[in-house]
Amino acid sequence: MESTVSQHTILPATSESDLVTARHLARGYSKEIGLGLVDETKLVTAVSELTRNAIVHGGGGSVCFEQVERDGRQGVRVTFEDHGPGIPDVTVAMLDGGSSTKSLGLGLPGSRRLVDEFELHSEVGKGTKVMIVKWK
Amino acid sequence: MSVERIPILKMGEFLLVSIQTELDDRLAVNLQKELTARVAETGARGVLLDISGLDIVDSFLGRMISTIAEMTRIMDAETVVVGMKPAIAITLVEMGLTLPGVVTALNVEKGMELLRARTRASGEGDGIHSLSTYHTAGHQ
Repeated sequence: MESTVSQHTILPATSESDLVTARHLARGYSKEIGLGLVDETKLVTAVSELTRNAIVHGGGGSVCFEQVERDGRQGVRVTFEDHGPGIPDVTVAMLDGGSSTKSLGLGLPGSRRLVDEFELHSEVGKGTKVMIVKWK
Repeated sequence: MSVERIPILKMGEFLLVSIQTELDDRLAVNLQKELTARVAETGARGVLLDISGLDIVDSFLGRMISTIAEMTRIMDAETVVVGMKPAIAITLVEMGLTLPGVVTALNVEKGMELLRARTRASGEGDGIHSLSTYHTAGHQ
C-alpha cells in the first residue's frame, strides 16, 4: 500500500531549539489534516519524544514531516533519522523502563502507543531510523 | 541563547509557579534549580505548580514534574500540580506516564485548598511525619 505525499518539511535535529520547532511543525501538520485535539497532542508528544532521542542519544540528525494520503485517508508521517551509536537491543529498548538515560524509560514504547504506525530500524555503529504515522 | 525564566511568586507560606511559556528542557532544568533554592530560602510549606499553559508533557517534562515534587517533599514542602489539560492527561496515561507521587488538583483554587489542608495536617505533629501519615493525607 503506497501513500502519496502532498507536502513535506525536513528539519535538522541538533539542538534544543530544534525540539521546539519540531513540536510546532507537528502541530501545524496535525491541524492541516484536521486531527482532533487529543490526537494532535499525542502526535506532538511522540514527535517531542523521538526528536529528543535523535538529539540526545543519536548525536543529532533530521526529522522529516510529510502529509500523506492512503485509501482516501489523510495522515501525518514523521521520520526521525540519526547517525548515532544505534540501539544494540531493540527488544529491550521497546520495553517500558528499558531506557538508557535520564527519562522514565518510556520514550520509545510510550511513543509507539501514541501513534497508529511505528517502525524502528537501528544498526549499531550506523544509526537509528524511526517512522511514525498518525491517521485522521 | 534564551534568558527566559519562569517567575516564582511567594504567597504567604506557599510558592506559586505558573508556566505560561513553551517549556524547553533547559528552562525546565533551571526551574527545578531555582524552585528548590527558593523553597530553602523562604521556608515555604507548599508549591503550587500551574501547568495550564503547557500544551504537551512528554516523558522528560513528566520526569521533571515528578522530580520537583520529590525534591520539595524532602525539603518539607508539598507540591500540588494544577491545570493539566485533558488532552495531556489522556496522552500521559496512554504513554504509561502516570506521575507517581505527584499530587494534582483541577485548578488553582482547588490546588490552594488542597495545599492548605495538607500543610495543616502535616503541621499537627512535631514536624516528623511518617510515610503512612503522608499516604493518609493523600487520600483526602
